[in-house]
Amino acid sequence: MDAALATRRATVPATAETSVLTLTVAGQLCGVPVLGVRDILGPQAITPIPLAPPEVAGGLNLRGRIVTAVDLRRRLGLPSRDPNASPPMSVVVEGGGELYALLADSVGDVLALPEASLAPNPPTLDPLWREVCAGVHQDVPDSSGGGASRLLIMLDVERILDIG
Amino acid sequence: MDDLIADFLTETSEGLAGLDTALLRLERHPDDPRTIGEIFRLIHTIKGTCGFLGLGRLERVAHAGENVLGRYRDGSLAVTSGGVSLILRVVDRVREIMAGLEASGNEPAGDDSAIIAELDAVFAGHAPVEDAAPPPAGEPAGGTSGATGPVVDAAAPSAPAAQAPAKGGAKPARARRAKPAPAETASAPAAPEPATPEPPVPVPVRAAAPPAEPAPATEGVGVAQTLRVNVDVLESLMTLVSELVLTRNQLLQLSRARNDTALTGPLQRLSHITSELQEGVMKTRMQPIGNAWKGLPRLVRDLSRELGKKIELEMRGAETELDRQVLEMIRDPLTHMVRNSGDHGLEGPAERREAGKPEAGRIILDAYHEGGHIIIEVGDDGRGLPVEKIRAKVLAQGLATEQELAGMGERDIQRFIFRAGFSTAAAVTSVSGRGVGMDVVKTNVEKIGGTIDLRSREGKGTTFLIKIPLTLAIVSALIVEAGGERFAIPQIGVVELVRAGDGVMHIKDAPVLRLRDRLLPLVSLSRLLRLDDRVPDASAAERGGFVVVTQVGQNLFGIIVDRVFDTEEIVVKPVAPILRHVTMFSGNTILGDGSVIMILDPNGIARATGVGAEGVQEDRRSAAVTTATSAERLSLLLFRAGDGGPRAVPLGLVARLEDLPAERIEMSHGKPVVQYRGALMPLVPMSDHWVPPAPGGRQAVLVFNDSGRAMGLAVDEILDVVEEMLKIESGQERPGYLGTAVISGRATEVVDCAWWLRQAGDHWFGSNRSASSRRTRVLVVEDSAFFRNMLVPALSAAGFEVTAAASGTQALKLREAGDSFDVIVSDIEMPELDGLGLARAVRDGGSWHETPMIALTSHTDDASVRRSREAGFMDHVPKFDRDALLGALRGCLASVQASGGN
Repeated sequence: MDAALATRRATVPATAETSVLTLTVAGQLCGVPVLGVRDILGPQAITPIPLAPPEVAGGLNLRGRIVTAVDLRRRLGLPSRDPNASPPMSVVVEGGGELYALLADSVGDVLALPEASLAPNPPTLDPLWREVCAGVHQDVPDSSGGGASRLLIMLDVERILDIG
Repeated sequence: MDDLIADFLTETSEGLAGLDTALLRLERHPDDPRTIGEIFRLIHTIKGTCGFLGLGRLERVAHAGENVLGRYRDGSLAVTSGGVSLILRVVDRVREIMAGLEASGNEPAGDDSAIIAELDAVFAGHAPVEDAAPPPAGEPAGGTSGATGPVVDAAAPSAPAAQAPAKGGAKPARARRAKPAPAETASAPAAPEPATPEPPVPVPVRAAAPPAEPAPATEGVGVAQTLRVNVDVLESLMTLVSELVLTRNQLLQLSRARNDTALTGPLQRLSHITSELQEGVMKTRMQPIGNAWKGLPRLVRDLSRELGKKIELEMRGAETELDRQVLEMIRDPLTHMVRNSGDHGLEGPAERREAGKPEAGRIILDAYHEGGHIIIEVGDDGRGLPVEKIRAKVLAQGLATEQELAGMGERDIQRFIFRAGFSTAAAVTSVSGRGVGMDVVKTNVEKIGGTIDLRSREGKGTTFLIKIPLTLAIVSALIVEAGGERFAIPQIGVVELVRAGDGVMHIKDAPVLRLRDRLLPLVSLSRLLRLDDRVPDASAAERGGFVVVTQVGQNLFGIIVDRVFDTEEIVVKPVAPILRHVTMFSGNTILGDGSVIMILDPNGIARATGVGAEGVQEDRRSAAVTTATSAERLSLLLFRAGDGGPRAVPLGLVARLEDLPAERIEMSHGKPVVQYRGALMPLVPMSDHWVPPAPGGRQAVLVFNDSGRAMGLAVDEILDVVEEMLKIESGQERPGYLGTAVISGRATEVVDCAWWLRQAGDHWFGSNRSASSRRTRVLVVEDSAFFRNMLVPALSAAGFEVTAAASGTQALKLREAGDSFDVIVSDIEMPELDGLGLARAVRDGGSWHETPMIALTSHTDDASVRRSREAGFMDHVPKFDRDALLGALRGCLASVQASGGN
């Protein structure tokens, strides 16, 4: 895993920063590379797909294209969303030529994070998370403007979509 | 011939366009073998085609060019700039001739001897003459300089290479014309060729060039009408149009809700245009199915040589068009099936002669439209599918038990060849029938939403029927709801829609529906998709829901849904790869209201639930009748005639139901008749005070058939067809009625058909009256009073002396009493002692042990026949079939007389 991560980082041009779209899943700050994001959608009507893996929330209509929605909470083994809470946002990403919507509780800003701050997954991380995380950014400024810095889990989109 | 030339022109123009660029590339990289090979092949193709089409002038030019290129290709001659120019001129000449060909349909007159001579010279090893003159002056000039060729060579690559980028972007035609000049200047200093200064040369070439552009005004073969478009472009157009259609639907829905007149007009126009656009784009993707058949004549010819069989291939409906995507997917299965037909289906000439067939076997391909689908038939007049061998194979492979097989009709057994795993190599040798990869064919056909079935008679041939949708892109689908979610079911599989109501019953947990005369296995969609936990009372929902009767292959089953909305045209989109393993869906789509909806795959459902397993078959005659006799269930036709309650008659005895207009009923000798299928059919009114219907009225008639003759029973109204246990309680003796039975909760009089048939005329049953002086004594053993009452009059009418027994035991009592009979006709399924037991008892000894026996059975499949033969029956006859029974009786008696005579 770490070796794979190392090679992945090596292929990134040695620019100092990467742009990361932040999103929150059950209170956890996560990030996806902004270059891979095709769209960000507000609450959508999602058609459940029976017999699909539990992580698949359903299908939604993105301007005439059908996008399969993956619920990040379920994908990350987190408790289900409170039915009374505000409906999730969709971050549309591409995987294997198809579009997928990652359902997050909220979508934050695009941050330019220094490459150097990306640490490998701590070995104590939940195995499920280790599988889908591409490292942890430290010292992420709090979007609310507070002085405290937070940890941001970088999601590996390809692995997130590796369901089934 | 014109078509061929048009094709040739289109193809060659394309080839030539590529040739220019290839030649230019060659000039830059003279030693690139790939480019040389490419050019050589192009010219070679042109030459070959011309030869075939009888275009002598073109052929000669191309041939000379090919010779030179051939040497370039082997490396025996180095590519020079002069050589390239020469080939370019060949290309120009070809174009020139083609332009004439296109304009007039014939090769224009002209003299190519100059250019051919030049080419021949180069071929012979002489350095090409730089832009040689039309007179062959250049030839001797260069003739002596065989060794100078390489010198020219050395200089050539550098100069044109420098030149090429500048011209590279230009149109090939222009670049070609520009080319000779730099080549000339570059090589002139290097090679002291005397022939260099010949400025007028390019003139004929240039003159020829303009017509090479398609000349649309000419009345010739007309190449310009077709345009080759990349398939990707069409595909993306199709996607866009599909989206447009969906958006249009959404807009229409919105406008309907808002009722805004200002919007309606333009929207309607948009709608029309969209429809037309959709049609147009669909048309671009349509191709005649003949395109997929092109290779078949050749295949059949090779096959026929290889196998030593004479095979005729007949192709009908080759012009039937279907979507190219479908076409592509059907091509391989079709090829496979034709090969199969030739290989396994058709017999060798000797075998055919023996079977009394023409020596040459026939394979018939037929394609036609039928209600939004294309039906393709692949048939042969060969040996047919050997039921017995397939049965043995099925048993050996454990695909079905003997018992299951016993319940199947011939066709069901033949359908085993579609089973995966049946198509093993062993099947080829031991079954020596089909089955090689038929499961693959089936899978491929089903993949595109099609179905496949077969028709086969042993000794007569086999026909496969493929039903496929016209297009895959847009399908019509039924929108249903189950478990609170909506789903689309493609219309192709939907046979009918019935309200579930109280007809749904459960055998243990399996829901079934009694639909007319068959038991339909049901699948609850909400349960299948695990949505049933949302529904509090599943069985109530089942009753309140609908059953979508679906056909997969020949299997019928019902899908229980909660609601049915509408049919909608939908654009099928594949599901995301992470959902591929959910086989219940064939895709998803976006409805008019913008919501995403999953498309159900009836094939997948059938597989997932087992209802599609070959075996539960639609073949209603065998299936329905099997249940009918085992439980004495009968399909009964209910009707009303005269006063009193409903009447009933077994559906199996009725040939047809007719609703005749009053005008067709005529009177003959005071009796009503109708002209029916070219003959007069007597009408027998059931009620005593029958009056012909008033003009304009109609008369319901039950038609009974008897070897070409028909009789009509005039009734007041046809009510229903039900499947019921028939328990006749004979009460008041009334002619024409066997008695009364409770059917659908009502006392119903059961009609004595034989009696009514006799009303049509005495000769009804008497036409076959036996002429023998002594009446043949027949014992009928039949537990059902109804059948007894059918058989006894029918047989007596045919001249037999009939005794009836209600059971096997009763029959044996007759034996003990010393009665003797010429033949025994017995039912198989009877209480106490059944037909098989009776037969064994009869054969065991006693006075009857040589009396021939005929079994009456609804199981006419081979296993039951074998069993009944083993028990001692001589023949077996399906119930209801009077003719077959009479035939069997005569056959039995004849054989007994024959054996008794010696």
